[in-house]
Amino acid sequence: MARSSPRSRGRGGDGSVAGVTAVEVTGLTVRYGDLTAVADVSFSAAAGEVTAVLGPNGAGKTSTIEVCEGYRRAADGTVRVLGMDPATDQRRLSSRMGVMLQEGGVYPSARVLDTVRHYCALYGKGADAAALVDLVGLTSRAKGTWRRLSGGEQQRLSLALALAAVPEVAFLDEPTAGVDVNGRATIREIIRGLADQGCAVVLATHELDEAERLTDRVVIFDGGQVVADGTLAELRRGHDEIRFRSSPDLDLTALARATGVVASQVGADEYVIDAPPLPKLMAQLTGWLADQGHELTDLRAGAQRLEDVFRRLTAERAAEAGAGGDAAS
Amino acid sequence: MKAYVSQLRTELQLTLRNGEQLLLTLGIPVLLLAFFSLVDVLPTETDDPVDFLAPGILALAVMSTAMVSLGIGTGFERSYHVLKRLGTTPLGRPRLIAAKITSVVAVELIQFAVLIPVAYALGWSPASPNWLAAVGAVVTGTLAFAGIGLTLAGRLRGEINLAAQNGLYLVLLLLGGMIIPFGKLPGGLRSAAHVLPSGALADVLRDALAGAGTDPTQSWLILAAWAVVAPALAARLFRWDA
Repeated sequence: MARSSPRSRGRGGDGSVAGVTAVEVTGLTVRYGDLTAVADVSFSAAAGEVTAVLGPNGAGKTSTIEVCEGYRRAADGTVRVLGMDPATDQRRLSSRMGVMLQEGGVYPSARVLDTVRHYCALYGKGADAAALVDLVGLTSRAKGTWRRLSGGEQQRLSLALALAAVPEVAFLDEPTAGVDVNGRATIREIIRGLADQGCAVVLATHELDEAERLTDRVVIFDGGQVVADGTLAELRRGHDEIRFRSSPDLDLTALARATGVVASQVGADEYVIDAPPLPKLMAQLTGWLADQGHELTDLRAGAQRLEDVFRRLTAERAAEAGAGGDAAS
Repeated sequence: MKAYVSQLRTELQLTLRNGEQLLLTLGIPVLLLAFFSLVDVLPTETDDPVDFLAPGILALAVMSTAMVSLGIGTGFERSYHVLKRLGTTPLGRPRLIAAKITSVVAVELIQFAVLIPVAYALGWSPASPNWLAAVGAVVTGTLAFAGIGLTLAGRLRGEINLAAQNGLYLVLLLLGGMIIPFGKLPGGLRSAAHVLPSGALADVLRDALAGAGTDPTQSWLILAAWAVVAPALAARLFRWDA
């Protein structure tokens, strides 16, 4: 299993905080009664980087983040955020930590600018409320109330509240959930900017596209465990593929004779070849399709998308669990 | 200090901009006081109904702010995860609670600033009012009602909490000796009414402001007991997140 590949830290010896470990989770277990939501999870996140905690709903992402925020207690394991234990040092940590809850957490009748101003005062870091409202693109809605904002606007306001902390570490839970395309671009840009200023950004998401566009490092959760941890490049390494769409039911045996590689059919008209996209192979493939009179409606080659990496890892885990079950019986 | 002031400002803004809260804390008390003072249909057993009503309505004002308004607001803050979100800021629970207490006191001062002149305008003439005792009664009553409101808010879902607070408000209004004299309640109900915080508060206020002629010691004890037990219960049962 692809667990914890060695990490490359830092962005050069410029003396900045970038690369310094800001969040260190070791052997974390979270339980709700008899249910174990998170089991023996370890990972870290560095200053100046965006670390995505990825996984399907119910994988244990939010539980893990809430322990980091000091909101939830760990059943076992240790968590250090900026060197502090969030469970016992939450007050001191809270002034250096930005948080974006999955649920928003703003009173429906609270106005946008008032709310940001209030949070700026709570953190007392001198953040300029009007500038933050402007940064998240809500100046025209400054006097509007939370309940009148669209889902995407609510997320952007929530992000502004996290920024009011002028954070050294930020925990953002599903920051782009329910946000339209333009809103997503704004949110991505702000998160990127936060990391560039040296903040350690940890974001939980089940949206793989977002993570792919935004993150330096991904920690993949499945069933309460970390199934992979590394940079995108590390997780993709050795998993090049050629993915194409053509006529349904191609003669894959004939294709294998012509190209020397085996393709597998993964959809009605979609095929995957597990091989790097070497020019010669690509020429053979497209040549064969042309000779046979087949169309080519889509072609993508190279590194797997994060979605494919994720599918592969979770499938491996399921197969492993299945094999374990057989052995035990 | 800055965080506390900002929290207090937010609490007051949300309360004073909320039409339903204003109706509850100011509209209904003023309306009841004015209507039943001018329309003498209640069996108040005083020459002028306002002499009976004024202390009762002040007790009602305390109940509507400290129990219903605080309880409904806090209940929704819990179900909208506002409390959870604030919990990740440097504000901290002591300052949050301090801001809420100050906000309740501020709203009560506004209520009294409106209700007392209205009562006087309606002909209220308290014989020898003991304002110090009245302030003590208001403080004790505020603690008792805040405890009850927060116990409900800390456990029930937003909408159910809303219904429960409003329902309790109506029951206590009718049974509490605020607008209906205890003497007019049927026997069993009358005994129950005397141990309710609403009845106890109305009693001690009426004694302090009108010299009702009865010994208020028992009512003071009942009110004080509520002021200790209810906040303790709230502290024990309150869940910060829905």
